[in-house]
Parts: sequence; structure tokens; C-alpha cells
Amino acid sequence: MATFTPTVPAHRPVTSRGDRNNLPPIPGGGGDNRSDSGQPDYRTRLRRARLGLAIALTPILMLFVSFTSAYIVRQGLPTLDPNTNKVVHDWTPTPLPTVLFLINTGVLLFSSVTIELARRQLIRQVALQPVQSIPGVSLGTEIEFPWLGVTIVLGLGFLTGQWLAWRELAARGFFVATGPSSSFVYLMTGGHAVHLMGGMLALLVAGTTVILRRPLESRRIVVDVTAWYWHFMAALWIYIFALLEFAH
Amino acid sequence: MVAQESHGHAAPQGFIRKYVFSLDHKVIGLQYYFLALTAVFVGMFLSLLMRIHLVWPGASLPIIGEIKPETYLALLTMHGTIMVFFVLTTAPQGGFGNYMLPIQIGAPDMAFPVLNMLSFWTTFLAYLVMLSAFFVTGGAPLHGWTGYAPLSALQSAGPGEGLGADLWIISIALFCVASLMGALNFITTTLDMRAKGMSMMRMPLTCWSWFITAILGLLAFGVLLSAGILLLMDRNFGTSFFLPLGTINGQLTGHRGGSPLLWQHLFWFFGHPEVYIAILPGMGVASQLLSTFSRKPIFGYKAMVYAMLSIGLLGFMVWGHHMFMSGMSPYTAFAFSIMTMAIGVPSAIKTFNWLGTLWGGRVRFSSPMLFAVGFVSLFVSGGLSGPFLAQPVLDIQLHDTYFVPAHFHLIMGVAAIFGIFGATYYWFPKMFGRMMNESLARWHFWFSFIGTYAIFMPMHYLGMAGHPRRYSQLTEVTYLHPLMPLQKFITYAAFVTLAGQLIFLFNLFWSMFNGEKASDNPWEATTLEWTTATPPPHDNFGGHTPVVYHGPYEYAVPGAPHDYVMQTDPATVAAH
Amino acid sequence: MGLVLLCVIWLITLASTYFFIAKTWWMPAGVSSSAAAIDHQFAVTFVIMGIVFVAAQMALGYLVWRYRDQGGRGDYSHGNTKLEIIWTTLTIILFVGLNLVGSPIWAAERFRPAVDNATRVEVTGMQFAWYFRYPGPDGKFGITRPELEDPSSGGEAALGLDPKDPASKDDVVTGIMEVPVNREVEVILRAHDVIHSFFVPQMRFKQDAVPGLAIHMHFTPTETGSYEIACAELCGLGHYKMHGILKVVTQSEFDQWIAAHEAEKQ
Repeated sequence: MATFTPTVPAHRPVTSRGDRNNLPPIPGGGGDNRSDSGQPDYRTRLRRARLGLAIALTPILMLFVSFTSAYIVRQGLPTLDPNTNKVVHDWTPTPLPTVLFLINTGVLLFSSVTIELARRQLIRQVALQPVQSIPGVSLGTEIEFPWLGVTIVLGLGFLTGQWLAWRELAARGFFVATGPSSSFVYLMTGGHAVHLMGGMLALLVAGTTVILRRPLESRRIVVDVTAWYWHFMAALWIYIFALLEFAH
Repeated sequence: MVAQESHGHAAPQGFIRKYVFSLDHKVIGLQYYFLALTAVFVGMFLSLLMRIHLVWPGASLPIIGEIKPETYLALLTMHGTIMVFFVLTTAPQGGFGNYMLPIQIGAPDMAFPVLNMLSFWTTFLAYLVMLSAFFVTGGAPLHGWTGYAPLSALQSAGPGEGLGADLWIISIALFCVASLMGALNFITTTLDMRAKGMSMMRMPLTCWSWFITAILGLLAFGVLLSAGILLLMDRNFGTSFFLPLGTINGQLTGHRGGSPLLWQHLFWFFGHPEVYIAILPGMGVASQLLSTFSRKPIFGYKAMVYAMLSIGLLGFMVWGHHMFMSGMSPYTAFAFSIMTMAIGVPSAIKTFNWLGTLWGGRVRFSSPMLFAVGFVSLFVSGGLSGPFLAQPVLDIQLHDTYFVPAHFHLIMGVAAIFGIFGATYYWFPKMFGRMMNESLARWHFWFSFIGTYAIFMPMHYLGMAGHPRRYSQLTEVTYLHPLMPLQKFITYAAFVTLAGQLIFLFNLFWSMFNGEKASDNPWEATTLEWTTATPPPHDNFGGHTPVVYHGPYEYAVPGAPHDYVMQTDPATVAAH
Repeated sequence: MGLVLLCVIWLITLASTYFFIAKTWWMPAGVSSSAAAIDHQFAVTFVIMGIVFVAAQMALGYLVWRYRDQGGRGDYSHGNTKLEIIWTTLTIILFVGLNLVGSPIWAAERFRPAVDNATRVEVTGMQFAWYFRYPGPDGKFGITRPELEDPSSGGEAALGLDPKDPASKDDVVTGIMEVPVNREVEVILRAHDVIHSFFVPQMRFKQDAVPGLAIHMHFTPTETGSYEIACAELCGLGHYKMHGILKVVTQSEFDQWIAAHEAEKQ
């Protein structure tokens, strides 16, 4: 039996980045752009964080796509009514607390604006940082408007508003198990609220980076990613609202 | 999570930060691996009890006592769930993928190390919750790993369908979240952290397999999570997503209007990609090992990549083949069956290419290679029963018979496992700095190869004879009585095969401390992990970043000083 | 080692193939009108897959022995695109073709409803027994109500048959399924609690019984005899013992049997 015994010494290849003479062209893979301290640079970290977020949004989307398909299937589902031995459709739409939902939508959209302003505020601050470090140069002691804080408040407002909407539904006699339609209303709005609460958590983390005076770049990245997540949550809410309101 | 990325500082000190809450992908990879190792022995033990009960239903075992029919079903459910999730979705991806992906692409760590750590501990928590189902009132659920409603949706449908079933769902939900976190890391790392010169088409096929597996997971686990949430609601909040008007034990359930088929659609939309998640990393490892130990480039690298991509894509279009007999429309069944036959094609291409890699090679029979060869054989055997099940007209006879477990065990329960074994023997020297014992490895291989064929090949015959699945005993249905000798044979084969796995367990731990010291590249392989120290330092490459000049399988290059050219070797011997 | 691998792989291949060819443990003889076509499709699939199985395993065994390391370097080849295209095309044709060849059988069995003069039987599965209901002379099944179900009483009460519905009066509920030979049987599959599955191997017939649905299927038995019905979908702790009997008898025997049951109801 021919077997292989590991007697050949290891081959230590050249791995420096400088030696490029007489070498084949190097396609693809840009490397990590790490500085000497080993940390990838700010631009790389931002790109990576945004990439991570885009990827993370995919399963969240799939979750709600799945709920949507269950919703549509259930609407059209014929069921055997053994009392009559006939096939019937038993879907009755749930009357939604539309006014409350509309108010909440407004609050959420407004919060999207405010977090976008917070995001751009930080872009400006990061861009101006090198300037501010020049001795003798001052941009004035402007107190930056707390857009982030405002967004947090609006987010809490939205969640409170959703809770009130749920109470309205209950007052009208529609609970989770009242009927197939009401189950989906609670499911979708509840699922969205849970994810929004995750966004709230991210906002609070972003807020602490401000308070704890973490490096400006790190703050920028956290707020940037959270802002995109927040916009996605707003778009998702509009989708859910429209689905429940019109596709019943 | 972004703010805490810091690889530039010194390696962490202290036991907790080094080994428990480590951010190092290598430690996390090992944590996943050892979790899967405990899970596989739990799963094997459960299957052992199942095999004993099947052929000796009245037997009373020490400590456990007599196994009741419902207990058999609980064992079956937990066996399937633990094996599919905590072994096959954990060891290949979470274990080896975590450890090796960054190194093989020349990165110092995963993109998001904190997330990586969280994903392991969430998986661990899910595992504990799953095991806890055994110890609550009613015990573990009996509805099978597929959890079809209404059986899984009604607390009174059977023993174990109370708290046990709720814990099962919660565990799976946690596992979904953990997997999604992991998938996020894998995809970001592969797309954004490859070293200079490491283009996508120069990545080892293992990296491609982990990448595609992560994409599958990203798209599929959200759907499973949604199904689990709906099931929890039906069970506990009175909703009727899956529950129609019906009774249980003559009592109205109180639900109405839901569809059991909806559960099946949602579950299998996840479930089918899941089985590809289970096998793709094994395919990647097989390609890696066959090339390395044939001392020859992989045959058709591009075709291998496209085949894996096709398997991934088509994997989302075939879920209905689990539902041919479900009451689904026969026209829909026809559509799904065509797609299913189509997905057999890329798998066939890969098999041809593995054979093509051996052709003209110089095969070295080291232990990793034995398992790679075994993988190909088992994959062929398991895969070829697929075209039977893919045809609805034949599935009439074969659905829910032993033919189905024969098919999926040969692929998942053996071939994928051989992928894990092969990867273990291959990368053990790099991870632990020592070689595993080759003699013990050989014994392990033969026990496993012959043993698993002896267990699962006969199941095809049982299926052809009409033996239904998930029967706790053969005592009642009379046409099963003549099949008992075959079941006995399978049980004896199982005893022997499981005993053989103890050889592996011993070898694994013994070699960690007593194995022959390994050099940095004992297999004379070409990929990046073999360029660095053994075991790799904290940042994987000891301060410098690799630059890649070649593809991953440059063996037998004419004119090269050795019969292999490492990816980082700047020598211009081939333009690949 | 190469030779040992070759021998073991070849032996396993030949042994497994032997038992498929010898049909040592196999489908029971088919006694329905679709059995011949289905069994033929099985045979075609076995032959084709069998050839592929033997060829692939033999090739694997041969290659690891023939190309064992005896010194020197291997072939520096990254593959052969033309070969890839050829074998991919062949595989597609083979796999898809195989499926298409069998599709007309599936269509014949499942795309059309039962014929008008089929023997109609409602088959209901519940934990853990099968109930069979015949519509009687009026040809109509009476209404069942879940709230009336009483499994302990068996028969009509177990199904929750509503005595107030006139169509119920002549419904016959039995624990054994009896049908006349050479006449199409329409089964209407129902389940009360969880999913069950009605499987008769000799009839080459299987169909899940799903709560909330009434699934109409058909088959035609071609030989008299007694055939076991097995439940083929996990339904709880009694799944393994949920079996029934399908008795195929002559038309006159069937008429007498039904008439006797009808008489009992008076």
C-alpha cells in the first residue's frame, strides 16, 4: 500500500506586498487594507458594515415574504365545512384602526427623515475632523442638533402608537385568535414591531457612542448602518400596512 | 459590532477570553466542532435505542427500562432534529468553515468576530433547549423532525406534544437566528476580505461551498423561523394557521380553517435547501481532498463552481417533491418533479469531475483520502435513489417507506459525515500541531464504510417491500413480519458501526496530546492554511498578509521544483 | 490499499445489485390496473440507475487502484470542457427523459377524476383506525359533524354522522373495506385529527388523508383477495398499528355484503 509520510519540510513562501517584479498580474481580492496597527481602515470598515447590513436585511425580508405567502394562501383557502359537506371560504377581513396606523406611519416616516439628518450630520463631522485639528482653526462652537435623540423619541412614539392600535383592535373585539385575518394583523404588525425594537436598540447603542465619545469614525459607521436599517423598517411598515389595508 | 473589531492588538489573555468567549474564529470553529461532536454521539445513542426497540420491542434495557411506542417516536424525532441541525448544519459550516475560511482566503479573522461569538453561543443555547425537551413532563415531541401539523400543532395529539414540542420549536427558532448570524459573517467575509490575488475563481472549492451554503442558509432559515412562529401561535395562542376544523380523541380542537399543507410548504421551502446546506461543504471538502491526494488539479474547477451554484439555485425550486402524496395538485407535482430531475444533473457533473480528478493522478492513501473516496462512493449510492423518488408515479409506492431514509441517510447520514471525518483527519495537523494515528484512522474508515453500507443499503429493499417509515415496531402490520430478519441485520450492523466510531473518538483526543508532531504542511498541499504556522497564530499569518499568485489546485505542474505549487508562491510556472 | 479499496467497493456494489436483481425483498405482486405500467417504469428506472451505479462504483474502485502513487507526477490537466458539455447533455437527456417517460402514467392516475360508475368509498383516518363509509342506495354521503364524533361507540358515531340528515340513513360504516373486482374504486380520503396516509402496496396506491380536506382518488383492483392497508404518515403513538383490510370480492359478493349491512340498519 503506497502511503504518504510527511517528511518534506514546510515551504515558506514570500508573502510581502512590495515584491512585484516579474510576477504575473494579480486579479481580484484587494486584501484587507489594514494599517500597521492591524485595524482595517475606516472606509473598509464602513463598506464592510454596509455590506453586512445589506446581507442581514435579506432574511428579515424572507421572514415577511413567508408571512405574506401564508397570508395570501390563507385568504383563498377553501375549507371543507363538514356541516354542509361543502367547500367554503371563511376569510372575513379585519377592520383596521386605519387612522392610528396612518398617524404612526407619519411618525415613522418623520423619524426616517431625522435619522437621515443624523447620518448626514455625522458624515459632515467626520469630513471636517481633519480641519478641526488644525491649530488656530475653529468652526465655531455650534451645538449640533440632536437628530439622533429625536429619532429615538419618535421611535418610541411609533411603538406606543402601535400598542394603542392593538388596544383599539381589542376594543373592537379582534384578538389574535379571533379569526384568520386578525391573526395575520397581529402577526405582521407584531413582527415588524419586534424588528423595530431591534432598531431602537441599535439607536441607543449609536447614542452611547456619542455620549461615550467613541472615535468619530466608529460613531459614523454605527449611525450609518442603523440609519439604513431604520429606512428599511419604514419601507417594511408601509408594505405591511398596504398589504393589510388593501389585500384583504 | 463594528466598533469592536480589533485584530491588531495582542491575542487575548485569560481563560475566559481565550477559550470561552473568544472572538477568534479558530476557537469558535473548534467550539462548534466539539458541540457537533457531542451532538453526534447523542444522536447515535438515540438511533441505537431505536434499532434495539425495532427488533426487540418488548426488551427491557438497564436504566432506561422498556421503550414504549411513543418513546420510540420521541427518540426518532430528536435523532433527526439533532443530527440535521446540531451535527450536519454545525460541524461542516460552523466548525470547519469558521476555522478555515478566513485562513484559506488570506484574512486575519471573520468580518464580524463579536457576531461570530454570539452565533456560537446562540447555537449552544439552542442545543441546551433542545435537550431539555427530554426532561420535561411528557418528554420530547413525537412528531418527527419534519413536525407536520396538526400532529405538531395540537398539544393533545400525543405524549411529548405539550411543553416538549414548544421547547423543540423554540430551540429551532434560536438555531435559525444563530445560523443567520453565521451566514451573514461567511458571506461578508468571502466577499470583502480576500487577500490580494485571491479572486473568487482562485478560492479553494471548500470556500465556494461555505459561501454558497451561507447564501442558502440566509434565504432559507427565515422561512423556517416564520413557520416556527406560526406553529407556536397555533399551539399556544389559539390561532389556526395550520389547523382545520377537527377533533382529537373525539373532542373538538377549537380551531378551524387552517391548512396542514401550508406547514408542509413553508417547512420544505426551508427543508430542501437545508439538505443542500448539509451536503455542499462535504462536496467542497471532497474536491479539496481528492485533488490534494491525487496530486492533480481538480477536474473542471469552473464546472464545479457552476455545479454548486446550480445546486443552490435549483435547491429552492424543488421543495414540492416532498409533497407528492400530500394532497397537493398533481399538476404542481409534475412541475416539481421535472425540476427535481434537473437538480440531479449538477450532482452528476460533480461526480464525473471527481472521477476525472483521480484519472491520471498519483493517489496517496492517507486517511483523509480514504474518506474522500468513501464520500464519492456513498454519494453515488445515495444520489441514485433520488431519481426514483423524484418521479411521482414511483413515489406513490416509495413515499414514507424505508426507501426514503435509505436515500437521505446515505447522502446526509454517511457521505456528509465522511466529509466531516475527511476534513478532521486533513486539518487536525494544522489545528493541533500533531498527526492523528493512521492505523486507527484506517480501522475507523473500514468500520464506517462497510458498516454504513450494511445499515443503509438494506433499507432500500425494505422500502421496495412496502415497509412504512416511523413504525416503532413490526408486530402489527402482518406483511412486515417477513422483513424482520433484514431489520435484525441492520441492527447488528448498527452496533458494529457505532462501536467503530469510538475508535475515532479515542484517536481524536489521544492524538491531541500524543500524536506525532506535524510540520506546517504535512500533506504537501497548496492552499493558504498550509503556508502558515501550525497551529496558526492569532491573526492567522503572523503579522504579514499573504499575496496569492495561483489557483488552489496547482499540482503536477510541469517544470515546477515540487509536484505542487502553493498559492502564495510567486514563481511563474503556470498562468492560473 | 488501492487494491483493497477496489475489491471492497466492487464487492459492495455487486452484492447490493444482486439483491435488487434477485428481488429477494420486493414489492408484492401488483393487482391493480395501474400496476403493470408502474412496475414497468420501476424496471426502466432500475435498469438505467443500476447501470450508472455499477459503472460509477466500478470506475471509482478501478481509478483509485490504477492511479495509485507509484512515483512520478500526475497529469497536469484542469479538465476537458468538451467532455463536460457532452456528459452534462447526456445526463440531462437521461434524467429528464426518464421522468417524461413516466409522466403519462402519473397523468392517467391523477389528472382525471373517477369514472361515473365507480364504487365510492369514503375512507376516514383517525387516531388509530380506518373507517370506511359507503353511500348506500341513494348514492349520497350523509353529513358528518365533528361535534357529534364519539370514537368509543365505533361506526356511525365515530364519524359523527348526523342522524338528522336523510342521506345518512342508508350510509354503511364498516371497519373493513370491501370492493368489487375489476371496477374502479373512488376513495374519498378524510381525516379527523392529524394527517394519515392510506397505503395498499399491492394496489400501487397511496394517498395522504388530510384534516380539512376531502381528497378524491381512484384505483381499479384486478384480482380478488385480502390486502393489508398500512398507515403511511406519522400520526402519533399508534401509527405502527393503524392498519386495515381491503377485501376485493366479486360484484355479487359485494352486493350481498352491502345488502346485508343495509338490512342490519333497519
